[in-house]
Amino acid sequence: MKETTKVALAGNPNVGKTVIFNELTGSKQHVGNWPGVTVEKKVGNFSHKDEEIEVVDLPGTYSLSPYSIDERIARDYIIEEKPDAVVNIVDASNIERNLYLTLQLLEAGANVVVALNMMDEAQKKGMKIDVKKLSEILKAPVIPMVGIKGEGVKELKNAIYEEVKHRREHRHMSMGYGRELEKGIISLEEEMARCPALKKYRHRWLAIKILEGDAEAIKKVSEAGCDDLIKEAKRLRKQFGRKLDEDMETYFADKRYEFVDDILGVVLIKGKKLWSFSDMLDKVLTHKVFGIPIFLAMMWAAFQFTFSVAVPFMDAIDLFFGWLGDIARVSITNPAIQSLVADGIIGGLGSVLIFLPNIFLLFFVLSLMEDSGYLARAAFVMDKAMYRIGLQGKSFVPMLLGFGCNVPAIMATRTIEDRKERLITILVNPLMSCSARLPVYILFAGAFFIGAEGSVIFSMYLMGILLAVLMALLLRKVFFKGKPSPLIMEMPPYRMPTFKSSAIHMWEKGSMFLKKAGSIIFLGVVIIWFLSTYPGGPGSDIETSYVAAIGRWVQPIFAPLGWDWKAAIALVFGFVAKEIVVGAYGTFYGISDADEGSTSLRSELHGAFTPVSAYAYMAFVLIYVPCLATIGVIKSETGSWKWTLFAVAYMMGLAYLVALVITVVGHLLGFA
Amino acid sequence: MTRLAELKSGKKARIVHMGVKGPAGQRYREMGMICGEKVEIVRVAPLGDPMEIEVKGYNLSLRKEEAELIIVEVMK
Repeated sequence: MKETTKVALAGNPNVGKTVIFNELTGSKQHVGNWPGVTVEKKVGNFSHKDEEIEVVDLPGTYSLSPYSIDERIARDYIIEEKPDAVVNIVDASNIERNLYLTLQLLEAGANVVVALNMMDEAQKKGMKIDVKKLSEILKAPVIPMVGIKGEGVKELKNAIYEEVKHRREHRHMSMGYGRELEKGIISLEEEMARCPALKKYRHRWLAIKILEGDAEAIKKVSEAGCDDLIKEAKRLRKQFGRKLDEDMETYFADKRYEFVDDILGVVLIKGKKLWSFSDMLDKVLTHKVFGIPIFLAMMWAAFQFTFSVAVPFMDAIDLFFGWLGDIARVSITNPAIQSLVADGIIGGLGSVLIFLPNIFLLFFVLSLMEDSGYLARAAFVMDKAMYRIGLQGKSFVPMLLGFGCNVPAIMATRTIEDRKERLITILVNPLMSCSARLPVYILFAGAFFIGAEGSVIFSMYLMGILLAVLMALLLRKVFFKGKPSPLIMEMPPYRMPTFKSSAIHMWEKGSMFLKKAGSIIFLGVVIIWFLSTYPGGPGSDIETSYVAAIGRWVQPIFAPLGWDWKAAIALVFGFVAKEIVVGAYGTFYGISDADEGSTSLRSELHGAFTPVSAYAYMAFVLIYVPCLATIGVIKSETGSWKWTLFAVAYMMGLAYLVALVITVVGHLLGFA
Repeated sequence: MTRLAELKSGKKARIVHMGVKGPAGQRYREMGMICGEKVEIVRVAPLGDPMEIEVKGYNLSLRKEEAELIIVEVMK
């Protein structure tokens, strides 16, 4: 059988890569993860004439010397997997920096097809690019395009087809680095010929990389057992470094940009700098005084949109699964199976799907913000504040979203490239008090703090923020030593987001959540159902169930806090979702249809709590694991059970500690 | 000689020395921050950090901490 023809899309971030990927593959795409990491891998395919072509959308990358996990993935794919062609998407309006990557791709020996995207923007900037001449110099096809209008897609498909059909090795342009250095490169290449294990790499590229001191290239060579080569490269580095009076890395970067300048001198007529719409927007959106208020207003709007518009959909899903459960109850007579299907399976599915409206809406909005370029401004505006607690600007949006729901908020941390910063943001996110915790606050504040409900509830939110800040600082100190990585963030011009891109993005996130976190959540719900139904079986008193046994068993731990076994059991149920704590109390006191506003439930609680123990209980509910879904999503986003268990453990510990402090201080101050 | 971090928005300068070392330094260079390159300060964030500059025809933001290490020569 013939091997599939593979084509990779590579390019800088913000060049419209995803739009072109969507244009090429249409709906024939699927999203997964790259092996071992939680970086999205998008694969699609299209057929052209007699060829079926698989397209891999690589993460955006500025250079083949990787700086982040995303970039390492992009480079490894190009170097190790050697796709049949690499479509290098270049932002024509930003051609100077974009060509830097193009030169590196050619150097690596990739079969490059240049897609010169955003020609309309370049034109608006008054730039004139001689496409034909550029193609002649690069010795690679160059296709002018306007991706969002679909212009040039057909031509690109043709060019890809030609490239994979009539593959020609090493016919691409090769840039020189000066006579002295070339001698060194050639001597390394000759040496390399004696290393059969390195045959799969283009020798010239590898020689340049080890001269640049690229850690991973050196590792490859040393793994191939060619340590002589590394020694020789080291010697050359020293020799040239002294002669040139600068680092080799600097020299190579300078030379490449010099070469880009030479190319552009021939093919580009620069435009006059015009005041663009983008500049105008930025004057306002990142304004000294208005910048932050506007940002907060935008966030408020996004928040409202996500969490208010979702409500009717969530209600509908809730009703639907309730109805489905009723049907199951009516049509299945065996009580054990009836309960398994109605409460276990249908209930489990319901608690997974209930998150979908939030996730869909949130990622639709986030995608609009990202594609329009506003997300970079948001990070720019908030960076200093977040840097103080060992994070960076991009951490702010996920933290804020946590007030709505921690599940999509944790998924939104994918915009943070640095792994340490991303992990800290994920680990402290559950401390942001999500909306499911509010019913518990309302119930307890209404029962014990009449007249001060508002302030008491507000203090919970404040406590969450404070703890998140403290934990972020602590995690930095203990587990993630060092400072946040330097900020090197491109500020792309504002662009009109497209509905299609945002809709696809939203769909991908939703299906990702179902696939990755859904199974964990579902399993958790079924387990809790089992524990709360057995050993007595369906219909038996909840106080005889395993959950009650667990509650009684752990109750002594909570005795110093003044909580009875009912409180302990309610916390076990709260694992599934926080609002269930309220429902659990309703069940205990035999109050049907109990909600957070129920007066009879409130008066019952007076027998079980004092104001101090109630406040401690509220704090505990705030801090201990938000819900099963959050655990599921922490697992799927960190890709590590170790960090997931750590998150659960530290939140439980912290919750207990804070509740204990509240109890002790409360008693010391003379409150009951 | 001036540090990039000291410049006010609207100022233009030429990079004389890139003092950022290590992988971050290399990344800045790959992003076009090389010796002899012309940069313009576009704005400083509302909280006073980071700053946004124009280089190689696009906009880049960086923190003052790194901008302190980049030596420039102010252009008229």
